[in-house]
Amino acid sequence: MNRRAPRRWAALALTGLAIGSLAACAPAGGTSGGGDGDEVTLTWWHNGTGEPLLGFWEDVAAEFEEANPGVNVEVTAYQNEELQRTLIPNQLRTGSGLDLFQQWGAGELAAQVEAGYVKDISDDIAERVDELGGVVAPWQVDGATYGLPFNFGISGFWYNTELFEQAGIEGTPETLDELYDAIDKLKAAGITPIAVGAGDGWPAAHYWYHFALKSCSPEVLQQAQIDYTFDDACFVEAGELLEEFIGSDPFNEGFLATSAQQGAGSSAGLLATGNAAMELMGHWNPGVMGGILQEETGNADATPPEFLGWFNFPAIDGAQGDPTAALGGGDGFSCTAWAPPECTELLEYITSVEVQTRFGEIGAGIPVTPGSEAGISDPNLQQVLAGLQESTYVQLWLDTAYGPTVGGAMNEGIVSLFGGQGSPESIIDSMRNAAATL
Amino acid sequence: MALSTMNTGPAVTAAGPVPTPDRPSAPARRRRQRSGGLLLIWVFVLPALLVYTTFVLVPVALAAVYSFFNWNGLGPLDRFIGVDNYARALQDPIFLGAMGHNFAIVALSLAVQGPLAIAIALLLNRRMRGRALIRTLIFVPYVLSEVVAGLAFRLMLPPGGPVDTFLTSLGWTGEKPLWLADPEVAFWTLFAVITWKYLGFAIILMLAGLQGVPEELSEAAAIDGASWWQTQRYITLPLLGPTIRIWAFLSMIGSLQLFDMVFILTGGGPLNATETMATYMVEYGNGRSQIGYGSAVAVILFVVSLVIALAYQRFVLRRDLRGAITRG
Repeated sequence: MNRRAPRRWAALALTGLAIGSLAACAPAGGTSGGGDGDEVTLTWWHNGTGEPLLGFWEDVAAEFEEANPGVNVEVTAYQNEELQRTLIPNQLRTGSGLDLFQQWGAGELAAQVEAGYVKDISDDIAERVDELGGVVAPWQVDGATYGLPFNFGISGFWYNTELFEQAGIEGTPETLDELYDAIDKLKAAGITPIAVGAGDGWPAAHYWYHFALKSCSPEVLQQAQIDYTFDDACFVEAGELLEEFIGSDPFNEGFLATSAQQGAGSSAGLLATGNAAMELMGHWNPGVMGGILQEETGNADATPPEFLGWFNFPAIDGAQGDPTAALGGGDGFSCTAWAPPECTELLEYITSVEVQTRFGEIGAGIPVTPGSEAGISDPNLQQVLAGLQESTYVQLWLDTAYGPTVGGAMNEGIVSLFGGQGSPESIIDSMRNAAATL
Repeated sequence: MALSTMNTGPAVTAAGPVPTPDRPSAPARRRRQRSGGLLLIWVFVLPALLVYTTFVLVPVALAAVYSFFNWNGLGPLDRFIGVDNYARALQDPIFLGAMGHNFAIVALSLAVQGPLAIAIALLLNRRMRGRALIRTLIFVPYVLSEVVAGLAFRLMLPPGGPVDTFLTSLGWTGEKPLWLADPEVAFWTLFAVITWKYLGFAIILMLAGLQGVPEELSEAAAIDGASWWQTQRYITLPLLGPTIRIWAFLSMIGSLQLFDMVFILTGGGPLNATETMATYMVEYGNGRSQIGYGSAVAVILFVVSLVIALAYQRFVLRRDLRGAITRG
């Protein structure tokens, strides 16, 4: 008898184990719609990793399971950028395993639709689409609906009412000249007028979007979204307006390295802690500031600051654009092309007046379904909603509208202008160059 | 790294302690090797080979394939564009700038970190009070995770932040540079942080190398009347050569692939002033949904690293590696 045999067999067994565990690395389970007989499992991915949204979606999933026996909803939250750039594209490519997923809309959605990964829900929920109206547009491609929003707001200036008072500013700036005036008064009082998270790119780029919205007619903007033509002089004009604005030196020190949302040194943190008077930001800002204050003070119940106020981006005399146009965007969900019919039903439930009213109540954002506005308790969010309702045309964030390739190049060009490099023309050039690589 | 693999305890496998092998005579040993050798080699190599193939070789090959397509990561690979992605990368001033930053970090690391590490190691190699404490303190930054260290510096370096306050307390009352926000300054800030992070590793390597320098040689030199400086210059440094060359190799490869610290500390900004090939690849490939283009950048990064690694092994490490690889 050979003494080595047992050891050799042990080694072989180990090898088998290694191979076995490798095989186990393949995506497990995920037979949505299958299962045994009438059992259906829905896999739902969203980006609400923090409260109150995390618990809210879990509740919604549990309610849907209860109302639909035989349906299991597996809801998971993932960090936003991971989810958008890595997890969703990779999972979509496998053609299985995911049913309901976070959808940012527009350019990115169009690419997913072209690849055949997203379910056309136009016929299943025609009524809901009519009910929601114009806000669904970013979730539509060529007239067909591929998703529904649950949160939609517009961008404007969040400001510190106490610092405004201290600087002797009466009311809120309604024109660009009044805004320049306010900046001068704040500086004279030794207060940093505006915080901007240019380190993240898009927060700085939002200034250019607003100026483009004031300079360009809605027709020009919509055409650019379709065929990436930026020949109209209004795009250069937007850059010139921005260049002049940057020239007034309104921003916090070192803004090129400032992030938007992380910690007390971020632009939202500077506003929340009283170290800057204004920030141009979307409707999610109170929630972000509340989160930062919770971290900084260690108080889990910290709320957005009391001194917070909101006003719309000021008008510009003599500008060509629609003066009542607003810049905004939202969050939505899509079903995958292979998702079972229950996915559409869940989406319908998420956008129901009842769920949307509760969504407004928890202060996570601005619900979109008519009839749910009453739920919004935050006075500032009510102001944002009023701004949204007054606007005749809502332009989606330009980077979302143009998709990541052109949008990324645009944001980079704009940040260069913030840093004193490049020119209004070079922003347009980099957008054209990026569009040429599509 | 190397330190953690030092296992001084008794060898234990899943099946329990390895029995002490009996000592057969030489001919018996040879026979055993011939009969069971091949099978055993496969048994031991196969698992690692499988993992290596699945997670290293196949992805590298796939990236090479993707790099010839215009592909946004969704849908089928059907827009073959030849070497356009490569041409685009090699004409993009931002990518060339990123590559320049990598090579600048390679050169600076060798020129600054190397001499500094050797000098400190020579100092720490002498018997002195508190030596163990100093050695530990110097090694601490290397043990910290990149993300933790990067975030810590990011929190300390904003205008008026803890670093500025500290410098003021030291008597520098004037205006401080914008450490991370000024494109002219950010690269040097990054290099300082990298040096802080990796100097400890270099010093530990050099100290380990110094342990291999026999004391007798120094004693003999001292008897011959050599000064401390002469001993270091003509005995210690030449004998430390293999360690220095290996450290330089690791440092170069690390500098070429630098990613995490930059990503956390500056994200490649401001205005691409700290972009490296790896951060550029992630931003322009993944961030902008151009997987084909990002793959081309990845292949360029791979080829640059491979060529430099092979050339270095061929021309610099040749003597050190001789005898380390057994043939036949």
